[in-house]
Amino acid sequence: MAGSGNAHLRKGDNVLQIQDLVVEFKVSGGTVKAVSGISLDVQRGETLGIVGESGCGKSTTGRAIMQLPSPTSGSIVFEGDELTSMKNADVRAARTKVQMIFQDPVSSLNPRRTVRDSVLEPLEIWKRGTKEEREKLIDDTLESVGIDPARAAESRPHEFSGGQCQRISVARALVLDPTLIICDEPVSALDVSVQAQVLNLLEDLKEKYGLTLVFIAHDLAVVKNISDRVAVMYLGKLCEVASSDALYAHPAHPYTNLLIDSIPEPNPDADHTLGEVIGEPPSPVNPPAGCRFHPRCPYATAECSVDEPRLREIGAGHFVACHNPVTVTH
Amino acid sequence: MNEHESFHHPGPSRTETDSPLLALDNLKTHFRTERGLVRAVDGVTLTLNRGEALGVVGESGSGKTVLSRSLMGLLPGSAVTSGSVKFAGQEILDLPMKQRRHLWGAEMSMVFQNPLNSLNPLMKIGKQIAEPLRLHLSMDKANARETAVALLKSVRIPEPERRLNQYPHELSGGMRQRVMIAMALACGPTVLFADEPTTALDVTVQAQILEVIGEQRRDRNMSVVLVTHDLGVVAGHTDQIAVMYSGKLVERAPTKTLFAEMRMPYTKSLLKSIPKLADPSHTRLATITGRPPDLVNPPKGCNFAQRCPYARPKCHVEEPALEPTADPNHVFACWYPVGSPEFTEREAELEAAGYVPATVAGVS
Repeated sequence: MAGSGNAHLRKGDNVLQIQDLVVEFKVSGGTVKAVSGISLDVQRGETLGIVGESGCGKSTTGRAIMQLPSPTSGSIVFEGDELTSMKNADVRAARTKVQMIFQDPVSSLNPRRTVRDSVLEPLEIWKRGTKEEREKLIDDTLESVGIDPARAAESRPHEFSGGQCQRISVARALVLDPTLIICDEPVSALDVSVQAQVLNLLEDLKEKYGLTLVFIAHDLAVVKNISDRVAVMYLGKLCEVASSDALYAHPAHPYTNLLIDSIPEPNPDADHTLGEVIGEPPSPVNPPAGCRFHPRCPYATAECSVDEPRLREIGAGHFVACHNPVTVTH
Repeated sequence: MNEHESFHHPGPSRTETDSPLLALDNLKTHFRTERGLVRAVDGVTLTLNRGEALGVVGESGSGKTVLSRSLMGLLPGSAVTSGSVKFAGQEILDLPMKQRRHLWGAEMSMVFQNPLNSLNPLMKIGKQIAEPLRLHLSMDKANARETAVALLKSVRIPEPERRLNQYPHELSGGMRQRVMIAMALACGPTVLFADEPTTALDVTVQAQILEVIGEQRRDRNMSVVLVTHDLGVVAGHTDQIAVMYSGKLVERAPTKTLFAEMRMPYTKSLLKSIPKLADPSHTRLATITGRPPDLVNPPKGCNFAQRCPYARPKCHVEEPALEPTADPNHVFACWYPVGSPEFTEREAELEAAGYVPATVAGVS
């Protein structure tokens, strides 16, 4: 990985196009290079999965789309409009069309308000519709995520389970009729049984409301289930971009293979030992030269420590940034 | 069991008997609350042999965490525990507190879900690891420091000497969990409880942590109780699995047997809800409708019946007991288990109605 390049960008009906996105944070002792020049696009009605370990920049990318904060450099075009050069007031208006769901469903809701008020707030801020219209919309939206509107009117977040709070967060994201929802690890704090409910719900809502999704997670099995296309990130760079089925059938990047091998397979006869990749990602303050994955990569050669690989196509719509990919063609 | 003043480090010799290392008999942990008595653990019977790994699996609220906390004596004052827990043949529930303290930390230790909350943020790593060594094993400072380095090395922490002088916030989540494991291993426990040890971690780090725990179990001939909601986590790292639902055991079997012939519909539903890499993308996931029952007023009959698509009238009236299969080590509590004619019949009906097999799809 850990490469650059825009070979994988597509023409067509792109809801979102990110180009050469760089996000850096100043800290004492240096600069955290959270995202170092990635490009991605999302077509209308598509679900793009972004997968990688903690610190790979996947959440930072999601937040940069929302201008939370604005990226250091690069371009983010949403529905034809460049978000990075917009005035704050315009960014706020654009955000009604781009909504976000966060990892911890309980702490992303105000504990002192009834959940119905939390879902209503976006509509009040934007003065959408009459009071009656708002009430009707809230009822419909809460019902579509499987929450009883009457209970929502009198209950606060702590009276709901984690899965229910995540449904409420989804309802709050939906009421402004967004085009794009960015889901940042929306199921990683949930039990597997509840995780399945939320994943199914997102699929249903995507269909019902014609949504486009960006789904950020560290678990490749979850990402594969919900995504049409998957981007694998490592230490601020892209490793591999492919359709989710192709990515699993022919994982080309050694890092993608590590992610696949790490999934705990519910089968006692499967191989549960880890491959050769060891350790944890290095600090994003001083990322390694060349391919950023090379210090952990079992296939690294001398070239990898000097020369950064660029994304190149190895199969239809399947791009990898690696000098020594595991699968070369398919 | 009463007069057991002799509980001072009985040493490994006690395990030479054939009795299991840990034996629970009808263990109940109830909490007194304003709403009434919460039956968090409601009659659990199981055994664990030396060196064996047991997976305890269930959803939030199934009682799996309270079970392990009951054994570790980590319950609030509102808890009422009854039944029997024998450690190396000795009843521990009614041991005086002073003697139980020799057990916890030294013989039985625990790793928790959130490593950041479990470590003291103001104390250097080295001091935190040395604390149990000095307390339980009366080591001097230098000796404890040396042992701490060896422990950090054994859980594969790079540059262990440097870590001793670092604070928890300077380490990554995976490193902190390794430190927690090192602390839990410090006094050479015979049982390690790991309560969702990897849930807060990345999948890559999770795999490494599970490997470290497995390695230590083999090296030390230690027993491990792995508590988790994810059947995938226990599949590769346990010898037997106990599935809990609303405070009760609903199925228990050797790991391979459980995955090959699971009988309880609840177990099957848990397994089916895990997204599989082998399935094409957008595969509809099986879900379990509804929520676990209220533990203050558990329903009549089988606790799972309200959420079970295979339930029949009998399930709502009569509670099934744990019954053995042909394999006496495999027990389950269900009137119409997977593979029974009634189950098969209902499954065909559900499939005909367009449901995802093994459980009803949908939202609660």
